[in-house]
Amino acid sequence: MSVDTPVRRRKLTPLRMLLHGFLIVVSLAWLFPIAWAVLTSLRSYDYTAANGYVSFGGWTFDNYVTAWRTAEFGQHFLNSVYITVPAVLLTLFLASCVAFVIARFSWKLNLVLLGIFTAANLLPQQALLIPLFRLFTEVPLPEFMSDSELLYDSYWGLILINVAFQCGFCVFVLSNYMKALPRDLYEAAMVDGASIWRQYWQVTMPLCRPALAALATLEVTWIYNEFFWATVLMRTGDKFPVTSSLNNLRGEFFTDNNLVSAGSVLVAIPTLVIFFMLQRHFVRGLTLGASKG
Amino acid sequence: MSDLPLIQADRAVPPPAATTSTGGRRRRLRLLSRTDRVVITLMVLVPLLLVTGFVWLPAAATVLLSGTNWDGIGPLNEIEFVGARNYSDVVNIYPPFVPAIQHNLLWLAALFVVATPFGMFLAVLLDKELRGSRFYQTALYLPVVLSLALIGFVWQLLYSRDQGLINAVFGSTIDWYGDSNVNIWAVMVASGWRHVGYIMLLYLAGLKGVDPSLREAAAVDGASESRTFFRVVFPVMRPINIIVLVVTVIESLRAFDLVWVVNKGRNGLELISALVTQNVVGEASRIGFGSALATIMLVVSLVFITIYLATVMRENRE
Repeated sequence: MSVDTPVRRRKLTPLRMLLHGFLIVVSLAWLFPIAWAVLTSLRSYDYTAANGYVSFGGWTFDNYVTAWRTAEFGQHFLNSVYITVPAVLLTLFLASCVAFVIARFSWKLNLVLLGIFTAANLLPQQALLIPLFRLFTEVPLPEFMSDSELLYDSYWGLILINVAFQCGFCVFVLSNYMKALPRDLYEAAMVDGASIWRQYWQVTMPLCRPALAALATLEVTWIYNEFFWATVLMRTGDKFPVTSSLNNLRGEFFTDNNLVSAGSVLVAIPTLVIFFMLQRHFVRGLTLGASKG
Repeated sequence: MSDLPLIQADRAVPPPAATTSTGGRRRRLRLLSRTDRVVITLMVLVPLLLVTGFVWLPAAATVLLSGTNWDGIGPLNEIEFVGARNYSDVVNIYPPFVPAIQHNLLWLAALFVVATPFGMFLAVLLDKELRGSRFYQTALYLPVVLSLALIGFVWQLLYSRDQGLINAVFGSTIDWYGDSNVNIWAVMVASGWRHVGYIMLLYLAGLKGVDPSLREAAAVDGASESRTFFRVVFPVMRPINIIVLVVTVIESLRAFDLVWVVNKGRNGLELISALVTQNVVGEASRIGFGSALATIMLVVSLVFITIYLATVMRENRE
């Protein structure tokens, strides 16, 4: 079996060629919308208006300059950083705490705990909107934390809701990962007199680095891409993170698809960079949730 | 309701009768110092309070509010219970409700009948260790890293009436996002474009986990590849199949971003999620309506979440 496998793979039967042909067509079709957006963003509006979009020429970078300036992308990217970085760190920290307790001890309630967290991640966000909206407009914040003086329309509010929502997925993945670690580690740590906190921080966490890296990659993408909460829980235009600021661009760019495409490419760049640099982690993170890893 | 586990988790720290009573475990639990117990309690309690306060209590409040006439602004003590009136109003005197239900079901059907099976099919093809498999995989799940809001904009470049590629190539003058006869199909294509890659990824991971000896045994018995898949591989993939099914249902129930960036869920793009949002942040805030709609979403999703949890937890125990 193992001897003839490489031979078989080298042989290109008509069926294999058909398979490759099919996959190439599908792959190119899947890449096309993104390629088209990049292409459109690099052409001047005047040229495409005169010659139509099915033409060649009018290459320029001006759309990016205009889009960046008109839509204040600098500010919106910064807002996304303010929200995404603390939210991801806090999510991973809190989720790893719960996951550690679930994996370290075998109490019957662990299953309930795991259920509470995992299910929370799967609920439709809109189903919580009405009470949350009211809650956010009621909870006061001191002025130095938010100029709205409320949880509503503040970065703090968005960070908290993202953490609350994303914790479930991370608890699920991390508890599975931690359960697979050898239990002798804890026995040894106990003999050394290590406290629970030290067991968590110095024994378990360093061993979870691959899972944490995968989850961090995934959560950065998800929280950066988050649209709903920012749309409904923010009001001030220049506080919106970049993904939900897109909707405001609609009016400004309405008649100019070349600007729309330049804006779209700008918004996509961080996730595409993450995707190409950390693809392995990204894929691992997604599939850790679905399989036993 | 959700306070209960945390109180018990707290009490469970001293050796409880509930734990498996091997001598080793008892000794280990007694070894927990006072500080350790406080630390464990905090490690569970803080995240639990956060998820309870921001997710579960609002979910419960939504259900309660759906039985009241609250207007969303007035003081909470003026709330009156009105029974099932909001539900009957939603069904009888709220025109967008029936289209929204139809669109959500159509969305589910499209993902379930076309996008999910196509993603699974591609995963099966890519599982063959072909040359160039990495390129194919990358191309297929590239859309998964983009937000659905952004996908709405990317596809506008193809769909726009005056500047879109589709009309330019075919000489048509259809406003794909604006015409209420076609726009739901247009957004479903865009959403399916992303969904296929996601399912492909999940399913491929599942396929890689299938014991190769099963396939070898089937090959030795002379079973064809498709027969091997349907008779051997597909049945042992049962947990992944259920996860893929639940992911599909939940994605179609949660569909929101795409229609919201196109036209805030009106004029042919009504979805339950968009109606809830319109009733809260829109011009007319009708909290009762909104809560009744949200409760419907909640109930449907909880059914499938339960199936999901039962599946993955059984999977993990094995």
